[in-house]
Amino acid sequence: MASSASYADLTSNGLWKNNAALVQLLGLCPLLAVSGTVVNALGLGLATIFVLVCSNTAVSMIRNVVSDAVRLPAFVMIIASFTTCIKLLMQAYAYELYEILGIFIPLIVTNCAILGRADAFAAKNPVLPSMYDGFIMGLGFALVLVLLGAMRELVGTGALFGDMNLLFGAAAAQWKIEVFSDYPGFIVAIVPPGAFLFTGLLIAMKNIIDARLKEREEARKEKPVAGSKRVRVTGTIK
Amino acid sequence: MALLHVTSPHMSRAGDTGSVMRHVLLALIPGIVVMTALFGWGTIVNIIWACLLALGMEAMVMRLRKRPPMFYLRDCSALVTAVLLAVALPPYAPWWLVVVGIGFSILVAKHLYGGMGYNPFNPAMVGYVVLLISFPVEMTQWAAPAGSIPDQAPTLGPLSALAASFPFLSSTPVDAFTMATPLDVFKQNDSLMVDELFASSPQFGRFGGYGWEWVNIAFLLGGAYLLYKRIFTWHAPISMLAALALMALIFNDSGSSASGGSPAFHLFTGATMLGAFFIVTDPVSSAVSNIGRLYYGAGIGVLIYLIRSFGNYPDAVAFAVLLMNFAAPLIDHYTQPRTYGHKDHKSHNEDRGPK
Repeated sequence: MASSASYADLTSNGLWKNNAALVQLLGLCPLLAVSGTVVNALGLGLATIFVLVCSNTAVSMIRNVVSDAVRLPAFVMIIASFTTCIKLLMQAYAYELYEILGIFIPLIVTNCAILGRADAFAAKNPVLPSMYDGFIMGLGFALVLVLLGAMRELVGTGALFGDMNLLFGAAAAQWKIEVFSDYPGFIVAIVPPGAFLFTGLLIAMKNIIDARLKEREEARKEKPVAGSKRVRVTGTIK
Repeated sequence: MALLHVTSPHMSRAGDTGSVMRHVLLALIPGIVVMTALFGWGTIVNIIWACLLALGMEAMVMRLRKRPPMFYLRDCSALVTAVLLAVALPPYAPWWLVVVGIGFSILVAKHLYGGMGYNPFNPAMVGYVVLLISFPVEMTQWAAPAGSIPDQAPTLGPLSALAASFPFLSSTPVDAFTMATPLDVFKQNDSLMVDELFASSPQFGRFGGYGWEWVNIAFLLGGAYLLYKRIFTWHAPISMLAALALMALIFNDSGSSASGGSPAFHLFTGATMLGAFFIVTDPVSSAVSNIGRLYYGAGIGVLIYLIRSFGNYPDAVAFAVLLMNFAAPLIDHYTQPRTYGHKDHKSHNEDRGPK
């Protein structure tokens, strides 16, 4: 049982090694659907972090009380309550964004990354590590979401950070950066096929980086001593 | 007398990829000539620009993948993709439209899937569909065919065609005459009988679109040449044309304002013949067996008619081909031919045992 997982391990797992979006490929439905612009992606990313932190904390608190047979329904109930919370909060404070994200806010309930963390980590670990794991996993997911949103917004519309006022108030309306002037717009990047393309590119990039890191790791390792002999062993090795 | 010492197989060589692709390029020439006569030099500019881009990108990918570039460039498959896409694009298309289209065809649809022979979708059609979805305005600006409008200026020559596609090359902006395509007009019409529509709109000729009839006949000739050379079998193209004609016959209703158009109209307008003989016959992305190709072609023919008549896009060859590319593995699964020495493919599979 990984009850004593160190925080450094949790961090590298959530952000890179076991990233919910790029490695586990969980929660692809919102990832593909609302990553058309940075503001949409950031909105849903923040909402997911909130739900993940709260649900991991709550699940970890009740982990010794709920019997194994009914744990999944209980987890789903907890996740659903926090999703309702964030939905009402967004309705109150970011109504326009709430309208744009639409069905994908209630759908946070079905994000397998959240239920997955609840069952795989929070149900077996104390409260504080669970809370931290939820935060880091959510952050890893949100970062990919925002990166994807930025790529698609840039290629699709030629600008970045448009409509940020939906999330940060009227002052953020000027944050929009026109990267290319007179850009004809590239609709494929904004529609769902573009999400698949760019997610594929991101995964490919991660794999390239991983391969490079591994190469460097192996190059650093000491070469085996020349002249070492093969050892013949009889019987089975226990 | 010396005896010939020739061992089996006694079959003539079918030709390598390069010679097949060069035959295809040769067969495209009549269609290109007719298009140039009708629309001016825009088609040629498209083709040359697309070929340069395709060769450049192919060579670049081959360097990245550490393969010998010249070996792969010599098989001409990139050139065929480039020419097919260039012919499908509107003449005088802006230069960046071709860049994006070829980029998607060669880089995404072909090489990201593993290169020549591994692409599940026809690269040229992927490029075309990406462009059609992304840039609907630029993609539907077709030049008016020469002679369709009475007092029309002559079509653009080579230099002005170049300036129309690359506006930064010349100081004075060049504009080509554009008009809606026959399929567009036919689709928009809901008040005129078909005969009246043909008489009143400059877009229509004898039985198909004005000028488009000749484009289609020219591509049909090229296709017949390839068929004669046995570059491909007749199954897929003929089945596609038959299915399209049959669908048109069913929904023709003798030319009322709600008519879907006569079989001749559908066969000789738009990209029908180009699609039938140069796109549907793509050996990589189509079904494999002869019987499978019959189903594959028929599916494309039916889809073309459905999308043309009931869909949002006036011409449908690209969408229909891509949809049937999806279906090709399924068709192959159910039309596996009998293996020599086995009763049918079921017993053949049983011999292999469960896996």
